[in-house]
Amino acid sequence: MRANIRVRGLIDRAVTWLCVLATALAVVPLFSVLYYVAARGLGGVNLAFFTELPAPVGEVGGGAANAIVGSLQLVGLACLIGIPPGILAGVYLAEYGNSALGKLVRFSADVMAGVPSITVGLFVYAIVVLQTGHFSAYAGGLSLAIIMLPTVTRTTEELLRLVPEALREAALGLGVSKWRTTISILLRTALPGVATGVMLAIARVFGETAPLLFTSFSNRYWAESLNEPTASLPVQIFTYAVSPYEDWHRQAWAAALLLVVFVLLLNVSARLLVRPRV
Amino acid sequence: MQTSQAQSVEFRTTVPEAGPGGTGLESGVRDLGGNKLRTRQLRAFFGKAEVLRGIDLEFPEKKVTAIIGPSGCGKSTFIRCLNRMHEVVPGATCLGEALLDGKDIFRMDPVRLRREVGMVFQKPNPFPTMSIRDNVLAGLRLNGISVPDPDALVEKSLRQVAMWDEVKDSLGRSGMSLSGGQQQRLCIARTIAMQPKVILMDEPCSALDPIATARVEELIHELRDSYTIVIVTHNMQQAARVAHFTAFFYMGELVERGETKEIFTRPSQQRTEDYITGRFG
Repeated sequence: MRANIRVRGLIDRAVTWLCVLATALAVVPLFSVLYYVAARGLGGVNLAFFTELPAPVGEVGGGAANAIVGSLQLVGLACLIGIPPGILAGVYLAEYGNSALGKLVRFSADVMAGVPSITVGLFVYAIVVLQTGHFSAYAGGLSLAIIMLPTVTRTTEELLRLVPEALREAALGLGVSKWRTTISILLRTALPGVATGVMLAIARVFGETAPLLFTSFSNRYWAESLNEPTASLPVQIFTYAVSPYEDWHRQAWAAALLLVVFVLLLNVSARLLVRPRV
Repeated sequence: MQTSQAQSVEFRTTVPEAGPGGTGLESGVRDLGGNKLRTRQLRAFFGKAEVLRGIDLEFPEKKVTAIIGPSGCGKSTFIRCLNRMHEVVPGATCLGEALLDGKDIFRMDPVRLRREVGMVFQKPNPFPTMSIRDNVLAGLRLNGISVPDPDALVEKSLRQVAMWDEVKDSLGRSGMSLSGGQQQRLCIARTIAMQPKVILMDEPCSALDPIATARVEELIHELRDSYTIVIVTHNMQQAARVAHFTAFFYMGELVERGETKEIFTRPSQQRTEDYITGRFG
């Protein structure tokens, strides 16, 4: 009896330590990536990195100003194209999702969420780049929007479903029409959560590289318009990292650090948004 | 209420059109005998299950009518038919006739109807994203009805629910910051700000403590001079305290309806007597 209890105690402690070890193992890659990127990247961060165009090949110096602006443009375009239909589709699923069409839309969204991003890039390459005959920010923004769409749709749906039925009844009971109830009460109540979902979707596409390689491509200069090849941080990192130049490697790390900081900021603000307000 | 002109675009995508309509009786204004609202052979269904089996009931103007009965007797479903909230539930339907001022509500636009027949729900449900003030104005604002003097309307509505002095300095606070009883009175203020003809109350005190309940009951006493009120309650003492008339429902049928005093002292039906004396239910 007594020995039995001792064995139990040992097993208990062993399993607890196993869990601690597993947690540590899971966290190690995250922190080592953060540390490594910070350690290698900080050296490349200076004023020129934010303000200057890339230097001509072979010269030391220059910056990634065009890639930073390009990334913001691409993600901005993706938001404009992707968020409105995403939210509306989410509303549709929450309100009419039990119809045959609703089930089809939900299923497609789930499938789309799992489609590799390079496939999306290929698709946009075929329908936009080949048709227009050149790379452009529009094509890049569209491919990012397609990647965002299912996430935004499903998050909106899930969050709308979380709004208590009592609020819908309250509004309908006051003689508010259904569309007004959906927009002004349900969507409004779910807004912090929906905003969080949207920001996480933005954070995800911010670092997407594959679909940009053959949609927005890259550019060593400022793009004159959104209809031209446009530089972006992820593609810049890719190009610089595989180059033979030491200075480019340094800049690739800096760009990677900037990307991580952007994504971190988006994630943190998303969390702040859902914190209950007093 | 002269509000329809100021209306924004009316979308009728809401609830299915006129519903199953009347029983073939001609609809139109008829002799009311002082009744604001009356139902004729009102039946309600969830899918195929019939939960109300032909209710004939009348609601005199500016009187309180209580509906009592055991759980599942259809009393909540009944008042939810009266503002057509019943049909909002998927698969739920109504048959029969309900006349508001002689007009069949099943031939009216349900959205318009609900502005005239307001509802207070079992659990207080103020809009969490709105301030106290905006909650009071919510019905009008969301309907695109312009309010000439919103401050006056907020004050008047909150005074009617005896809340003005409690909240006049914190109108900007969230409606959720109030106590449960205050939230429920806020919901009543929100309903009467629409100046409905009829107020339906679905067990308005069942989520409240005795003190908050007493205040809501006082409020019903105040409101009954100006509104026709229908209140569903589990609490027979409450019915006895607030209602002029009481109707007893059992298994989807109306057993009897009469003056409250009669029902509680000399019910004509054995089943009523059994219920109010606590022999079942």
